[in-house]
Formats: sequence, C-alpha cells, structure tokens
Amino acid sequence: METSYLSLDHLSYAYHGMHGETCALTDISFSVKKGEFIAIVGPSGCGKSTLLSLIAGLLTPESGKVLFPMLAADESPKIGYMLQHDHLFEWRTIYQNVILGLEINHLCTPEKLAKVETYLKDYGLWEFRDKRPSELSGGMKQRAALIRTLALEPELLLLDEPFSALDYQTRLQVSADISRIIRAEKKTALLITHDLSEAISIADRVIVFSSRPATVKIQIPIRLTLPDDSMLAARNAPEFSSYFNLLWEELHDDTAGTIYQKA
Amino acid sequence: MTLQEQYIRKHKRYHRMISLARLCIIVIFLLVWEISANTGLIDPFFFSSPSRVCKSLVTLYRDYNLPAHIGITLLETILSFLLVFGISMAAATLLWYSAKVSAVLEPYLVVLNSLPKSALAPLFIVWLGTGIKTIIVAGISVAIFGAVINLYTGFSLTEPEKCMLITTLGGSRKQIFHKVVLPSNILLILSTMKVNIGLSLVGVIIGEFLAAKQGLGYLIIYGSQTFKMSMVITSIVILCVIAMLLYLGLQLTEHWYKKKVL
Repeated sequence: METSYLSLDHLSYAYHGMHGETCALTDISFSVKKGEFIAIVGPSGCGKSTLLSLIAGLLTPESGKVLFPMLAADESPKIGYMLQHDHLFEWRTIYQNVILGLEINHLCTPEKLAKVETYLKDYGLWEFRDKRPSELSGGMKQRAALIRTLALEPELLLLDEPFSALDYQTRLQVSADISRIIRAEKKTALLITHDLSEAISIADRVIVFSSRPATVKIQIPIRLTLPDDSMLAARNAPEFSSYFNLLWEELHDDTAGTIYQKA
Repeated sequence: MTLQEQYIRKHKRYHRMISLARLCIIVIFLLVWEISANTGLIDPFFFSSPSRVCKSLVTLYRDYNLPAHIGITLLETILSFLLVFGISMAAATLLWYSAKVSAVLEPYLVVLNSLPKSALAPLFIVWLGTGIKTIIVAGISVAIFGAVINLYTGFSLTEPEKCMLITTLGGSRKQIFHKVVLPSNILLILSTMKVNIGLSLVGVIIGEFLAAKQGLGYLIIYGSQTFKMSMVITSIVILCVIAMLLYLGLQLTEHWYKKKVL
C-alpha cells in the first residue's frame, strides 16, 4: 500500500465555554496521499475549519493524532493555509504582500525572491506588482493570496473556502486557475467547500462530513472522463451529474444509516 | 464650454462661496464688536474691542515679553503631547500583548479617565512645586487615560482574521503587532493624537492658572485679576491661533500619510 502524506487518526475536538462544551469533530480518520487533491464538503458549521486548524497545528486535538508518516520525527510539515478572504494588506503593494510570509520567516533570499517573481509572471500579476490590492479584481487578489502562500514552498495546502467570497463568474475562473496552479506545482491539497460542483470538478476524492459533531460520512473517489483538463469540461463530463446526485443525497440525508455503513 | 468645464466651474464657485461666507462671519463679528464698544452699547472696560486687543498685543509685546510667554506655553504643550504619545503607545501595546493585564487594569483606566483632571492639579502643586514640571504633568494627566483607552480599543479591534493570517504564515505575536496591528491603526493613532494635542493644551493652561509665573495661562489670570480685559482676550486669541496651528500640523501629517501609503 502506498504510504500517505497526511494521516488523521481518530481525531476529536470540542470547544469549551461556560455554558457547556460543543463537540466540533468526533473520531475523524482518513489519509491523504502525496500529490492528492481532496475536497471536504459538509453542512455549514460542521467543524470543517476546525479540522484545518488542527492539521495546521493552530489547535491541539483533544484525542487522536495528526500524523505525517513520510516525515522524520523531528521534521515539521510545511503547510500553507489559505483563508476565506485574501486579506491582502492595503498598506502594502502586491509585491510586498506576496513576500509577507518570507519576511516573517526571515527567508528573503535571492532564490526565494526569484521564485516569487516567476510565480508573479506565470500567473499574470507581474505588471501589477506595484499596485495596491484595491486596484485589483477579486480573482487577481485571490491569485496573489495563493502566491503569498506558495512563496513559503509548502508541501501541503489547506484551503478554507478560498473562493466563497467571489461572485459566481469569477469563482469559476479563479477556482479553475488555482486548482491548475496547485496541480502544476504538484502540491498536496485539502479544500473545504460547500459547493458540490466545485468539489467534483477540482478534487481527486471528495470526503463528506456529517453535521456537528462532524464524522466522516463517506469518501467518494472522483474519476471523470475528460477531453482536456479544464474545469469547465469537468462540469460537462458524463459522470458529473451522478456524482453530484450522490453527494447531494449524502448531504441531505443525515439519517441514512445504510449509506453510512458503505463508507 | 463642455459639461466637464461647467462642472469644474460650478465646483470652484461653490468652494469660493464657502470661503467667502466664513470670512464674512468673522468680519461682521469684529465690526459689530468694535462699533458696539465705541458707541457705548457694551462697556469696553469689561468687553474690550478689536482695536483695544490690537493695542494690547503691542503693549504685551513691548512691556510684557510676549514671545517668552508664548514660547513657554508652546514648549509645555509640545512636551506633554510627546510624553502622552509615547506613554499611551507603550501602555496600549502592553495591554494588547497581555489580555490578563488589560482585564485587570480596565476598571482603573475607566475611573481615572472619567475623573475631572483639574481636581488633581492642586495635588501636583504640592508634590512637584510650582514650575514647568507641574504644568507638564497637568497637561499629561488630562490626555493620557483617554489616549490609552482609545488606542487599546483600536488595537484590540484589529481584524482577527488578518492576525490569524500572520499566524498561518508562521509569525509570532510580536510580528502580528508589527505587520498588522500597527499599520492598520495608523489613522486611528493620528486621529487620537489630534484630540490629544488639544487636551494637552487644556491641561497646560489649567496648570498655568494655578502654578505659573509665565505662559499664556498666567497672562489670562494676571489680566483678569488686574482687570486688564484686553490682555485676557488677547491671550485667548493667541491661544486660539496656537491650537489651530498645532491641529493643522497633525492634519498635514495625516494627509501626507494618506497620500503616501493609501
């Protein structure tokens, strides 16, 4: 069996307050292979973002483990975290924004900066490097945010609904752009989304979470017959609608015990 | 004439009108004041008049060493303003760093801020004597607590998601402060300081009323006690000009920052 890059082992987490505790995740186990693109869908507020925070090490699990089997024990994983909004700083130019991570980690070496330059050129932002974020379109800002994440050369990308703040047109374009970039850079990625067609068209595997406390309900590998690898083509693939229906039923039928066993 | 030119002309006319109206108010006020003082409608002994104020300005300059009085008030105001700026920034930063410290100190800050600071001035005189030290401390005491509360509130309202971004990029709390909290609050800092320079002046004048042998506050008290009302009013007019200039200085800094960075 192929070793996985990331492996979650019976992960649980609860938030504590004066009025009681709120279970966010219970007994989450799944693994991700190197280079795989996973989409996680689930009802809103089911604890998907909590999962990313646990993987990124921003939160410590109450029980269970986040494991990186391919890394040596003393090696820490290189994780890039993309948030829902681009959060580009208006007081910095686009260039200053994308090198923010390098600056924070004191890694502004000529090689790293050259890499950033290549990203900016490849993804159509080079001419805009001295502009302020407010002068860019939503899609361009999201691409700049991705470059800011990629500049630190992460091996695992965590994407927390990075397209949800965009309008539908831009969203299609940007999600296509960004998934292409992530595949071209051969990164392992974990995408949270509530958009089923986005999940099917981008991911190699879709994991469905139940409502809170979240458990893994089902994992569906996606195989689409495609003439080319554009995302719009993905939406026209013959298997697309059956995947869509399957996911739809999973999400809207929380009591379906039989399907639960299938997972 | 194109529509654009018409628009520009209209715009300019509007602004000319505003400036003219502003000028009219002050000119009419001065005229009415002067005429009613000269015709006996009001007693110039109590109310003075623009011409008497001008004469008093000359007298003050010749016989009372006016520039020294202005200089000392300005010096005290600017020193206490700079101290307020430094202390409040340091305190607000500390409070932002430690949620525990800010939770403990909050009620004290609120009480000290709502206390009428002029009540403290007699204490300062007893503790520090009558001199520039007392006056600067009085200037600080008026502005400092409000400044700390304002800055701290602004700092703690910094978008948490922007702070989280720094964390996801591997940054420390110190870096969150330098990369996000400070730059996103520059305008708040400038507007707080615009209020503070005025408050410092208030504190300095209170201090000079009670414990000075020099300064515009001293001239006002001296003038009122010797019934030289022209001297009092002249000093107040000079104070007006000083307050305006100090405010303008900060306003220019704000414009410069907005132009450069935003």
